[in-house]
Parts: sequence; C-alpha cells; structure tokens
Amino acid sequence: MKNRLIMIWYGELTTRKSLLRRGLVFLSPGMLWLMVFLVLPGLVLVAVSFATRGAYGQLEWEYTIENYRRLMGFSLFGWTSDYLLILWRSVLVAFITTLVSVILSYPLCFFIATRKERSRYLWLTLVIIPFWTNMVIRAYAWFLILAPEMPFARLAASLGFIAEGSPLYPNAFAVYIGMVSMFLPFVTLPLYASVEKLDWSLVEAAQDLYASRIRVFSQAILPQTLPELSVGVILTFVPAMGMFVVPDLLGGAKYMLVGNLIQQQFGASRDWPFGAAISMGLMVLTMITLQIYRRRSKETDHR
Amino acid sequence: MTSENKGGLIIEGINKRFGDVEVLKDVTLEVRSGEFFTLLGPSGCGKTTLLRIIAGLELPDTGRINLCGQDITSLPATKRQVNTVFQSYALFPHLSIFENVAFGLRSRKFADEVVTERVEKRLEMLGLLDMGDRYPDQLSGGQKQRVALARALVNEPEILLLDEPMSALDAKLRAKVQEDLRRIQRRLGRTFLMVTHDQSEALVCSDRLAVMHEGRVIQYGHPEEVYDFPKTRFVAEFLGAANLIEAKKVPGGADTRYGILRLDEEPSWTRGLLAIRPEWIRIGEKQPGENGVRARVSEVIYRGTSFDLWLEPGPLRVRTSSYRHFRPGDEVWLELAADELTVLEDDA
Repeated sequence: MKNRLIMIWYGELTTRKSLLRRGLVFLSPGMLWLMVFLVLPGLVLVAVSFATRGAYGQLEWEYTIENYRRLMGFSLFGWTSDYLLILWRSVLVAFITTLVSVILSYPLCFFIATRKERSRYLWLTLVIIPFWTNMVIRAYAWFLILAPEMPFARLAASLGFIAEGSPLYPNAFAVYIGMVSMFLPFVTLPLYASVEKLDWSLVEAAQDLYASRIRVFSQAILPQTLPELSVGVILTFVPAMGMFVVPDLLGGAKYMLVGNLIQQQFGASRDWPFGAAISMGLMVLTMITLQIYRRRSKETDHR
Repeated sequence: MTSENKGGLIIEGINKRFGDVEVLKDVTLEVRSGEFFTLLGPSGCGKTTLLRIIAGLELPDTGRINLCGQDITSLPATKRQVNTVFQSYALFPHLSIFENVAFGLRSRKFADEVVTERVEKRLEMLGLLDMGDRYPDQLSGGQKQRVALARALVNEPEILLLDEPMSALDAKLRAKVQEDLRRIQRRLGRTFLMVTHDQSEALVCSDRLAVMHEGRVIQYGHPEEVYDFPKTRFVAEFLGAANLIEAKKVPGGADTRYGILRLDEEPSWTRGLLAIRPEWIRIGEKQPGENGVRARVSEVIYRGTSFDLWLEPGPLRVRTSSYRHFRPGDEVWLELAADELTVLEDDA
C-alpha cells in the first residue's frame, strides 16, 4: 500500500504527493497572474453587463438584461438592426482579413522558402519589419499612401470609383487594406515554418498520380501545413474581431466595427454595462466561429 | 526504331546539369516493353535524376524520351502514362490505404464503381485487402511499400518506375520483397524500371540492367552478361567481387606478376587490367596445364555457403565451396583459366 505512493519520475525516486506539491509551486505564479488579470476582470465584466447605467454614466448594481436586449436591437423606439449589423460586419471583416492573409501568405511563403538559404532571412526580416513600427503610425502611413495626390487614388478617380481629388479613405476598402497589412505576418510566419519543412515527395507523388493543381494543393500541401495554418488563422481572426485602431482611422464612422463600438461605450458614451454586454457578445461570437473552424479543419485532416 | 520496340521506352542523348555539376552525360538507353530493367550505380551517379526525368519531375537539358512511339520529352508528369514508387513511398498520411491507392483514379475522375473494383483488385493482389481502412502510420515498412506499389500499378502505367524501392526495408525482408517484385512483374507483364545501388537487388530482379557511373551508362545487358564480362574496372568491382591483375600485352597473352597468362581475346591496350571473379579461380594441389600460379593461403574467411581465401602472392581472393578445408600456410596451385579471364577496357 505504501509502496504504491512511491514512484520514479524522470529517474528520481519520489512520491506522488511531493510531485503534486512541487507542480503547484511552479504553476502558481502563472495561475495567479491569469486569475488576477484575466479571470477576475472577466467575471467583473460579466457582472457589469447585467448592471444598469446611472443618469450620469455611473454604475448602478441593479440587475437587468436590458443591455443584452439592446444589443439584439430592441430599444424604446422599436427594433433596429444597427448593433447586430456591426457585429456581423466585424465577423465578416475578420473573416475576409484572415482569408486574404491566407491567400497572400501561401505564395509568399513558397517564394521565400525556395530562395537561397541566406536571402531567406532577408525576406523574412522584410515581412517582420512593419512590426517595429507602432500600429497607429502604420495606420497613418496608409493616409499618405491613399492620399488624393498619390497614384492609387488617382487611378481610382480616373476609373470613376471615387470623386476627383478625394482620398481613398475612409471606407471599407481602406479598412481591409489596413487590416490585411496589419495581420499578414501573423499568418505568414507560422505558415512559413511549415512550408520550409514541406515534404515535397508528396507533391511529386500527387503530380505523378495525375492530380490537377487544385488537387495537389488540397491533398499534398494543405494537409501538411494545416497545423501551422491554424495557428496563423487563430492569431489573425481573434484580434481582427476586436480591432478598433485600424477601422477607427481608416473606416471612420462609415465603417464601424464592434471594437469601435465597445471603445465608444467605455469612453465617450460612459455606458459601461452596455459596453460589457457587447464584449460578451463578441466573445461568444469569436468562440462560435473558432468552433466552426475547428470542425472544418478536422474534416480536412480526417482524423 | 520504334518498329522493333513497340510499347517500349527509348532515351536518346540525355544531358542534365545542376549548376556546375553535370549529372547526366549523353545517356542513351532502350527499355523493351514488358521487361524488368534496372539502373544500377553508386549514389550520385545520376540514376535517380534519370528516373525523375522519365517520370516528368525534371526536364532534361538536351535529348529525347520516347514512350510507346510517342515523344514525351516535354510532357508534364501529370500527363504521362508513367507512375512511380517513391523511395520514401510518399503515401498521403491523411488518406486511408484505400484512398491512397484510389488517388490516381480519382484524379482522372473515374466512376466510383470502377475505382472500387480496380482498387480492390490491386489490394487483393498485394495481400492488403483488409488494410483498406487503415492509415499509413499504422502500417509496417513492408506493407507501406506494397501500398505504394498498388497505388502506382492501379493506374496501369505503360512503365512503372521504382526509386530504390527497398532501401527502407531490413535485409531479410528485402530478399523476400526482391523475389515478390520479380513475380509481380512477370505476372503483370508490365515494363518496370528500377533504380538501385544494391547489386544483388539488380541481379535478382532484372531482365536487363545498366551500370551507371558519373552520369554515364557504362555497360548494359543481361545480368549474367554484365557480371561475366565486365567492360571496365568500375563494373567489375561494383557488380560482385573481382581480382584485378595488371598486365602487359605479349603475343598470345599478357605478362603479369603471375607470369605469362594465355588469353582468349586480344587486349586493345599495351598495358592494362585483367579481371577474374574469385569463384572462377580453380584451386588444387596439382599443377594445371596452363595459366597455373603457385600460391600460399594467408587468410580463410568463412561465409556460410562458401569460403573466401586470401592468397599470396597477391592479394588474390578465391571463393570455394566449403567441402574442402584449407588452412593458412597451405601451398596450393591456382588456375587462372584463359576463358575465365576478362580483358578490361581500362588502360593502366
């Protein structure tokens, strides 16, 4: 009976109890950090989302589901789709941002991976360099690039998309450009790691077995790169859902996303309970979308 | 040329270089329809590159490839009636064994019933019928190799390419698989082209073989022919074991360190090399009529089915069946018979 409690752990004779104690010692700093700065604020947020806004914007601990009703579009003046539209638009923007980043990343990764070993690091550095600059500054940089005097805006004006002499922002297009340029490296870097160690014999086997280009990609390349691709997709999709700097600057009031809406509630509108309710909505939406993605990628992986 | 080789493969004047390295130098070969042909050579001799060119995975710099009377030199891999068993097998890890074998048929959009029928036929032939639902990582090396074979054969290729198909198997399994492969090829009557660095594999499997060295085909023909009459020192040493004897041409024979040896054929050189296989040297106590050499046993190596004796002056290796025992120090007579001595092309 006593013997069962003694075990060998990586060459060390010890007891289960002392292992457990040691594990707790190592785990507790991280756990504490997460508890204090993530779990507790999260719980507070849940509580706040059921509270009421006072007449002067202060919190009143009076239980209500009014915030969620409002998010669903019910108000004193009847039903409106505004908030749901913003939520839906946020999912769409995050989805398209992720999709475009993935579509751009594959050729980019294959391009870099097929360079000579020494120049590969140069290319990778070029991908990373934008990270050295503050996000807000990068968003402002797009103002310059999309300004009326620049070739892009001129081209768009001559094709009749925008009025002569106006910039290419703020609009949906500018938001997408800003978002993709912001998130591209999050897909490219993990994906590159798997493209670099790709087993090319599978590609050759697929070609040898009469596969079309699409079939070569879906059967020989995609399954091999799926784990790293998933990392990139999650790293892009989740922050893209809550992004507010880029849509704020490049989309303005014309293209509001849920991130801006939340920022507004906690800021100018001083409506913390409603802001908390929107945050909850965002979190639930993100989790649902990731769950759908996980299901789909499992189908591709078969097992 | 195609009239006598219908359905065969003709390779003419293939050159290929990667950067500064000339990998293939003017390679010309003919593989007849229905034969088992082997490209044999050490690593880096260009045999795999030649195979990849035939598969369509590389393009030659110059030269032509003709399959079944059709010029396929610039045809992409996906359009060639050629299938490959890859060295690493390259099975798709996310697909079941059935789907792996079905891959080529599905690429060409065959109807489901046809796919099922043909895949099951191949799986059955290779003893894999109950493996259909498994995945590659659940299979042993030998099973994976058979799946790779089934996956290629199910497409009924005009020519099946095998790239070192047994290099990932252990020695004992390899011997069995060599014979299996030979039987499968005989039964199907299809053209097989194998690349290997293993001489025993080449001898067991092939109807004909080509020995490659430094990007050239040095000699090709039936295995017995190439083994019995190696053209160069490289072939003599690479295919089996050989004793090499430096010689100077004299009328009717050659002057060597073992005295004047009579030869059946006249050398083209004045100084060059003779070769004799260890098992072709006769050993005894009586002096033979001609080409006799007095020698002393210096070392005896037991090899199971035979003994290898090292003799002085030499070193000379003699292989003898095990019914007679020799000991180091024994004085013997050797006969380097004229019809067993091969004159190599190499100059000395």
